[in-house]
Amino acid sequence: MNIGLSHYLIISAILFTLGLFGIITRKNGIMVLMGLELVLNAANINFIAFAKYGGMNIEGHVAAIFVIILAAAEAAVALAIILNIYQNFKHVNIDEVNKLKG
Amino acid sequence: MNLITIAFYFFAALTIVFGAIVVTTRNIMHAAFSLLFAFFGVAGLYVLLSADFIAITQIMVYIGGILVLIIFGVMLTTRITGVDIKSGTMGKLQMGMAAILTLVIAAGLIFVFISTKWYLAESKAVDATVNQIGNELLTNYLLAFEAASMLLLIAIVGAAFIARKNK
Repeated sequence: MNIGLSHYLIISAILFTLGLFGIITRKNGIMVLMGLELVLNAANINFIAFAKYGGMNIEGHVAAIFVIILAAAEAAVALAIILNIYQNFKHVNIDEVNKLKG
Repeated sequence: MNLITIAFYFFAALTIVFGAIVVTTRNIMHAAFSLLFAFFGVAGLYVLLSADFIAITQIMVYIGGILVLIIFGVMLTTRITGVDIKSGTMGKLQMGMAAILTLVIAAGLIFVFISTKWYLAESKAVDATVNQIGNELLTNYLLAFEAASMLLLIAIVGAAFIARKNK
């Protein structure tokens, strides 16, 4: 059996739900960020797989590049926010961060 | 079983197994290092999909940039010598409900992916995609390209502004 489009789609579906599970169940802000990266990678696998099996359409690759750019910007800003939370609360458990002005 | 099939299953197993370790382990450093192998598996899948430029970008940006940033975040926000390195999770009930929810979503996604008749076209043989990607970025996607560069600049300045110490 040859490797087709659905193989890659199933891999990305599993990776997406793993990331979603991490986002839902984790308390530590950095672990939530790791789950988010898994979700973005799953989306990227979908883009590249459809680009290949839709006749090597290069626009899927361009969309994947923009997803990677957004992931880099989001990781930088989110880690800056997490460092600020750590300075104020001495922990990064995001379910206990419930003050707007501490 | 040709070589492509074996390579696909190897990289798929690498991605899924280490992705599962990332979201289930309690040690946050183990999660960060498992994320490295998960990203590497995804890069291997990109190579199998004949996306050479995206695979190199994945390795350089995700593994060389975002993962290093995450490990810096781990080291700056947890007391390495203390007991605080573990990452807490919810109680048993919430874990079970989250597992059921994500399993339902996974089953739905896989059902949709398998049952849909996707548009398939005969894929042309390409030797390198860098040329075409560069052409697309500087013609059809020029506005989005410039907006992304502005976004990165603003994100750098904003991150440096947020993370600095208050005087």
